[in-house]
Amino acid sequence: MQSVMAVANNTFRETIRDKILYNLVFFALLLIGSSVLLGTLTIGEQARIVKDLGLAAINLVAVIIAIFLGVGLVSREIERRTIYTILARPITRIQFVLGRYIGLAGIVTVNIVIMFAMFLATIWLSGFPIHAALFQAVQLILVESLVVMAIALLFSTFSSATLSASMTIGLYIVGHLTSDLKVIAEKSASQVAKAVMTGLYYMCPNLEVLNIKGQAASGVSLAIETQVLATGYGVLYAGLLLFAACLIFQRREF
Amino acid sequence: MDAIVIEHLTKTFTPMWPWQKASTVLTDVSLRVRQGEIFGFLGHNGAGKTTTMKILLGLLRATSGKVELLGAPAGEVDAHARIGYLPESPYFYDYLTAEEFLTFYGKLAKLSAGSIRSRVPELLKRVGLDEARHRQLRKFSKGMLQRIGLAQAMVHDPELIILDEPMSGLDPMGRKEVRDLILSLRDQGKTVFFSTHILSDVEMICDSVGILARGRMLSQGRVEDLVGEQGAHSIEVVCDGVVGDEVPIVKQCALRILQKGSRCLIMLPGQEVLEEVLSAVRNAKGRLVSVVPHRGSLEEVFVEQSVQRG
Repeated sequence: MQSVMAVANNTFRETIRDKILYNLVFFALLLIGSSVLLGTLTIGEQARIVKDLGLAAINLVAVIIAIFLGVGLVSREIERRTIYTILARPITRIQFVLGRYIGLAGIVTVNIVIMFAMFLATIWLSGFPIHAALFQAVQLILVESLVVMAIALLFSTFSSATLSASMTIGLYIVGHLTSDLKVIAEKSASQVAKAVMTGLYYMCPNLEVLNIKGQAASGVSLAIETQVLATGYGVLYAGLLLFAACLIFQRREF
Repeated sequence: MDAIVIEHLTKTFTPMWPWQKASTVLTDVSLRVRQGEIFGFLGHNGAGKTTTMKILLGLLRATSGKVELLGAPAGEVDAHARIGYLPESPYFYDYLTAEEFLTFYGKLAKLSAGSIRSRVPELLKRVGLDEARHRQLRKFSKGMLQRIGLAQAMVHDPELIILDEPMSGLDPMGRKEVRDLILSLRDQGKTVFFSTHILSDVEMICDSVGILARGRMLSQGRVEDLVGEQGAHSIEVVCDGVVGDEVPIVKQCALRILQKGSRCLIMLPGQEVLEEVLSAVRNAKGRLVSVVPHRGSLEEVFVEQSVQRG
């Protein structure tokens, strides 16, 4: 565990000292702040617009961090050859992968917390009500980021950072359109197409179950069972991806 | 117990696609490194030295053969607690300061917080980076990076230290510092296994050497034995007042004749022709300046063996 935490702490420190992160968070904070101005342009819907835009900004930045830092978790270590001195220590490859993941998960969590605090402050200062649904939405944004990070990490164990980023973005988009895959499968005349689409539907992450931003902005809370189920689904999916990433990384040669 | 045992090691890189050709970079490599010695692993660039080292550390898997470090099979993670490693032209986490960097590697080696606190300043002092301990590695020169790299390899006080080209890219002063550091490690009873293509370094500090060319071991043994075998039979004769090429016996017996004015250097293949050549020089009214049994160098062993293997 000491080795895992040493790698995790180093990953955390590495990202903290990266200027890109600050730019992204600054961008999110700017977006959250400016949502108040945009809200004034609407009549009656001001609170919803502020909440909608704020949650969208948090989601966008969290996913960008998850993708672009996630793809570098392993591939950057290989490209820069820092992996040699790490794996020459009494640390297993699985511990290394987990340490990198935990470190970035820490960064994403801290950033989401900072952005959410700013978001809540904005709502409170604007005099709008703060619903429990906002907390639910942001918690599911965190779960979605963990899934996206695991996707990025999996791809980065066997491909370059650029390719991994492209594939992760692709899967992220598909992840939000899985219900369409089901519809296509149902409507498809060809049995092969039906089987392929159904297979894809079950294999691709269903990220829409983690997206409740719309209803949260309107102040509609999610049933606690649904919240737990969605969280469990996301964590399990991320866990399976991490397991696959560890299996691939175990077999790699440097 | 030997620190490193390699027996009949072969490494073939299998291509990803069937139409690509497999490449064998190591063939039937065997060597042994005794505990407490400095072993120089010699070879041209691309000979397979780094591949061998990566197999030792489990970064690559052997296609066949036996590889053991400190009695444990290569790649066994627990044994890594007793091994230090510095790769060739290493890149380190440049956002860390020297102190943070060594602390991180100390934690990876499962050192306690107390030992890290005492060990890190001591090591920084030893590699001459005491004053740069709060400086980020991105502001380090190449020599400083090499020194901090050596420090990370030693942070957990390992029994065996594996260094891949530790002197490459360093200026003469830097090379001397690294040589001194390696010697001091041996004095502490550590085993040092290092690769290089700089022969003078090996000759100066190594107890044993192994020569690798095109993925095959050419020879292995103690430096003096290898050099002795080569050098025992050549003799250098220097004389004045004679032109070597004009004396038939000299011309016939010499391996090489160098003439500079009236001074002549005659390289003889061995003791057996020495008397005959000296008489010929005397008869030609030449004056003998010196007769020196020529001590071969590792370079000659290296070149000769490389040429023999084609």
